[in-house]
Amino acid sequence: MIKHLKILEFALSSLLRRKLKNLAIVSVFTTVTMVIASILFLTHSFKKEALLILQGSPELIVQRIQAGRHALIPLSYVDAIKGLPGVGDVRPRYWGYYYDPLTGANFTVIAYPEGIRKTEIIEGSLPGANEHGYCLIGSGVADARFLQIGDELFLQDIKGRVLSLKVRGIFKKSSQILTNDLVIISRPDFDRLFGFPEGHATDLTVQVYNPTEIQNIAGKVKKLLPDTRPITRSEILRTYDSLFNWRGGMLLALFASSVLAFVILAWDKATGLSAEERQEIGILKAIGWETSDVLTLKFWEGASISLISFLTGIILAYIHVFYFSAVLFEPALKGWSVLFPDFRLRPYVDLYQCFVLFMVTVVPYTASTIIPSWKAAITDPDSVMRG
Amino acid sequence: MKRYQIFISIFLFEIIVLVFLLFSASAQVAKGKKEMLSLKDLCSELSLTDLSVWTEARYTRNPSQADWFSPFQDFPSSVEHFPAGSLIEPPMRRKR
Repeated sequence: MIKHLKILEFALSSLLRRKLKNLAIVSVFTTVTMVIASILFLTHSFKKEALLILQGSPELIVQRIQAGRHALIPLSYVDAIKGLPGVGDVRPRYWGYYYDPLTGANFTVIAYPEGIRKTEIIEGSLPGANEHGYCLIGSGVADARFLQIGDELFLQDIKGRVLSLKVRGIFKKSSQILTNDLVIISRPDFDRLFGFPEGHATDLTVQVYNPTEIQNIAGKVKKLLPDTRPITRSEILRTYDSLFNWRGGMLLALFASSVLAFVILAWDKATGLSAEERQEIGILKAIGWETSDVLTLKFWEGASISLISFLTGIILAYIHVFYFSAVLFEPALKGWSVLFPDFRLRPYVDLYQCFVLFMVTVVPYTASTIIPSWKAAITDPDSVMRG
Repeated sequence: MKRYQIFISIFLFEIIVLVFLLFSASAQVAKGKKEMLSLKDLCSELSLTDLSVWTEARYTRNPSQADWFSPFQDFPSSVEHFPAGSLIEPPMRRKR
């Protein structure tokens, strides 16, 4: 133990002799670890949050497809689907997009469904299902239009007339990830806003009694009504799984060049010993150091740089993602969205990912510093010193 | 103080910070459980299918509801149809 501490002391002195070079390696190593760890933390938390929340999404959604595009579904399909064995409630969903020319934002407008309860994520009160002229809005909409409870939200209906809606409630900021752009209004207001044809809905939600039968029911619906497209909950969850992998992949691609630059730097530093370092190894051998001592010295040099850089990188990544909402990635994440939630992700950390990151950064770096030193250490000290 | 003592102190300090962050992470997740359940219930009550994160296009607002395929209609994970899409910036008025 004492021997290792003394070799570590010597290794640190040796690193400090080449201060600038090693400082550059530590900062690049830390930055690369931070960027990769931030991407892993961010995508994992996003995915975890999406998969937990969307467990509440409908078991089965039936949309109508016409000319390759999503079309409004006739309400006559409700009874047809209800007739299938194993199917419970079938409800129409009324929703649509509203482009707001004032802010350049897109709102998602939903007709007030039955059974919505007042919870702690709603500020204010809920409008009644049959109350006209009231709305419940997401905090992104409230911020974009500078609205508070009691204010009026003005929208333009399909005929160009102004539809005035009094804000009854606002979803709290903590629910932004789900409700940021929502405008929830009554059915009559919804019909007036979009001019919905009588007897049609945007799509249908289908309750299936037995979860293992969902796929089977989806197949039956498709067979019964060939112009429909059933979307199961598992498909929704799968979409989110692949979507966040893709977003992570995009970010990784953006930073791939910097990672590659680091790999080249580390490889160059680790595999090629400088004349000065070779001479140092020769002198150590000449004064009686064993080959194993030289290798221990080089191990501690590599390990001290990579361990400190790795730990600093991971800590900075955590702070960046969970305390500063991944502010460095915001331009890539935000895209063209005008209403982008200012959410704080819950810190779901996958220790397996940290372990993999450790294995692909610290271990190869330390190993690659030992191999060239071993080559120098097993040759004759005299020829090593002469170069 | 010797150099190795300083190094070991920094190393241990970072380990302690990391362990603290991981513990605080699990505490925060446990604390936010009730809120997550409320969001899940709301998702169920409103029959929502997607997160409100990217609102710029139909297929980004509701990726799970996007069209399967029709000409020039993107879908989740699709490759950009127009190379310009990866080069040009959003219009100025959208950069708010």
